[in-house]
Amino acid sequence: MPDATTRMVLETGTVSSDTRISIKNLDFYYGATHALKSVSIDFPDRRATAMIGPSGCGKSTLLRVLNRMYDLYPGQRAEGEVLLDGENIIAANLDLNKLRRRVGMVFQKPTPFPKSIYDNVAFGFRLHEKLSRAESDERVEWSLTRAALWDEVKDRLSSSALGLSGGQQQRLCIARTIAVRPQVILLDEPTSALDPISTLKVEELIDELKRDFTIIIVTHNMQQAARCADRVAFFYLGELVEVGESTQIFTAPHEKRTQEYITGRFG
Amino acid sequence: MADDAKHIVSSFEQDLAKLRDMIAVMGGLVETQFADAARALLSGDGDLATIVVEQDVKVDAEERAIEQFAIRLLALRQPVANDLRQIVSSIKITTDLERVGDYAANMAKRSLVLNQSKHSYPLAGIAQMARLVQENLKSTIDAVGEADITKAVAVWRADQMVDELYNTIFRELITYMMEDARNISACTHLLFVAKNLERIGDHATNIAELVYYAATGENLPELRPKGDYSASFIAPSGD
Repeated sequence: MPDATTRMVLETGTVSSDTRISIKNLDFYYGATHALKSVSIDFPDRRATAMIGPSGCGKSTLLRVLNRMYDLYPGQRAEGEVLLDGENIIAANLDLNKLRRRVGMVFQKPTPFPKSIYDNVAFGFRLHEKLSRAESDERVEWSLTRAALWDEVKDRLSSSALGLSGGQQQRLCIARTIAVRPQVILLDEPTSALDPISTLKVEELIDELKRDFTIIIVTHNMQQAARCADRVAFFYLGELVEVGESTQIFTAPHEKRTQEYITGRFG
Repeated sequence: MADDAKHIVSSFEQDLAKLRDMIAVMGGLVETQFADAARALLSGDGDLATIVVEQDVKVDAEERAIEQFAIRLLALRQPVANDLRQIVSSIKITTDLERVGDYAANMAKRSLVLNQSKHSYPLAGIAQMARLVQENLKSTIDAVGEADITKAVAVWRADQMVDELYNTIFRELITYMMEDARNISACTHLLFVAKNLERIGDHATNIAELVYYAATGENLPELRPKGDYSASFIAPSGD
């Protein structure tokens, strides 16, 4: 446990701003469509960065590059450098399973498997690790606790995950993601299908998780970006227009296009 | 994206325009209130002074209306960036304007007392100071309406002159009081009038700073040029 001063410094994020992901001149193509244009941006460790911008601006594309999801589709390709701890993750010879263990992803709609709550959480780490029953129990409890779901489900771990509410299912998916102990968590509009209270619970969770993980969140909800991100990046037509501290972006953005977008004056 | 891009929600655009109009109305009221107070004082017009004092109720009501409207916008529109800065600055600007109104009313009240004085008192310095403050107040209120940062910075710098005039008047009035103790009553009221003018000048610069912040998102430097040294002034000994 760090002493009070160190903890304070860590929480304000002034010290823990080591770069986890560094993107340099990234171009991305869906066939002939040029979806990301020479994007360069750094994502600091243990901080939450929100990516905002109108539909089709490239923010979700960038998220899909970070765990190589685009590999699943033919005709999509990335050029440039995406360094995760110094290693270029868009290189052809990369082990995708290892990458996806380090970079977890939570989607817009909760995606529980038709299995028990326990098996949902254990699903990911069972692929990568051989744990004893006790170790597995411990990991499941740790993950559900970190996802702020443990108290609600500890008495029904063997029940189907499909019986959970939408908000609980989304927190379950977050538990499943952190159970493999990744370094980076990508969240693609994680609360767009949730009610306001469940949304706040997920946001509180993001606040909690950024002490240990690098968080990158795509959101259409400006207030959500303001509430839970330390930094905000604004994309438009495949370009990174501006990135900065949330306070600066929402009180005094440097770029006119950013200002017009966040105040609702676009187009 | 045009230079004068409009809000997608047109009712929000209308609300922001309404807020600007309300501030302009209040600015106009206060500007008149101050001009009348100065005129009442310098010409000894008691009727006008009474009107100025009564006018203050209207200014206070305007302040409350703007504040309520701005709070409504904050709650319902959740503004960010330049919209947020405009709304927050508006709340602060109305507070400054309301204070200017108070000082103007106070000047008018004192002018009613001064009208009863049987002794002569010096008004040239006060007249000059009032003219300067009136110019600054007008410029700053224009700057609010036009979001004109050049004008705002000019007001911000011009206040130094007001401070220097205040020092001169301060010394002059003390000399008067030392010459003849029967001047003390009138000169004390005039000292307060001068102080009110100096404070109105400060509120004008506050408003100029807010105009600058609302337009740019940046603050003017912490220290502005200041010339008020009256706080450390010691009266010369009588011998």
